[in-house]
Amino acid sequence: MEGPADVLEVVVMSIVSRGFRGRRRDSNQRLPPGQYLTDDFPVLSAGPTPRISLDDWEFTVVTELGQSHRWSWKELTGLSAESVTADIHCVTRWSKLDTAWRGVSIDTLLADVETAADFALIHSYGGYSTNLPLEDLLDGKAWVAYEYNGQELAPEHGGPARLLVPHLYFWKSAKWVRGIELMPQDFPGFWEQLGYHDYGDPWREQRYQGD
Amino acid sequence: MSERTEFAFYDGNSLAGPLSEVFAVELTTAVGRCRSCGKSSEVATFRVYGPEPGFVGHCPHCEDVLLRLVRTPDALWLDFSGVSALRISMPADSTGS
Repeated sequence: MEGPADVLEVVVMSIVSRGFRGRRRDSNQRLPPGQYLTDDFPVLSAGPTPRISLDDWEFTVVTELGQSHRWSWKELTGLSAESVTADIHCVTRWSKLDTAWRGVSIDTLLADVETAADFALIHSYGGYSTNLPLEDLLDGKAWVAYEYNGQELAPEHGGPARLLVPHLYFWKSAKWVRGIELMPQDFPGFWEQLGYHDYGDPWREQRYQGD
Repeated sequence: MSERTEFAFYDGNSLAGPLSEVFAVELTTAVGRCRSCGKSSEVATFRVYGPEPGFVGHCPHCEDVLLRLVRTPDALWLDFSGVSALRISMPADSTGS
């Protein structure tokens, strides 16, 4: 005999389990190995937050032949921008899903830059650097982002502008970005010099050298 | 909120644990000279950011990077290249010379 309480229990269980499993399956598929989900946006910094006035800010691309291409803040923000929603994965094991950014694609910035370089060294205000193959910056995979969640990017998250390369561990998405040095050979950046992986693919869990 | 503010650095005493993993002497009382500005400061007064992804010690005078330390699962990586010299106090020479 089924009492009202039993019926109620069955209904609740099925709603809860269906909804719960559905969300978990979706999240788990988007979570690289060894990562946990967070709704926060943790701040990790290797030094004091640089303060750059937008009047003085500039973004520079230097080719392997020494040719410079420069954009002022006004010029950068005058370029066509893209809205990007991406999952981000920090090597310290937190991941955050569906983060919303706006910025200029690196494809746009490099459109008129002649280069035969295979590697890029990203430089930041404050002295930070990070390296990656040039191809990982191209074809819609990387941006200079200056908005987060519809707001101007806060200084502690890399504002006025940071690199966004969401398919690699987030240390590659250099905060306070100021330029790209194009190089024929790879050269290790700030953390890559000190035991972190040269490439940093979260899906292959490339945290440290040798991974 | 778990977010840290931009001012949240630690002093150099936070380096005592990881440095003691490899050095027999106490290094937080050692005095390092900054390669960039030339000023000396006790390691304990370094402005330290971290611990993740690694410790980064900045000069309390000019803010340049003095040291970096990363502990991976099977190694400790140490970069002291921002320090041009390190003065470590030692017991007085007892050899009588």
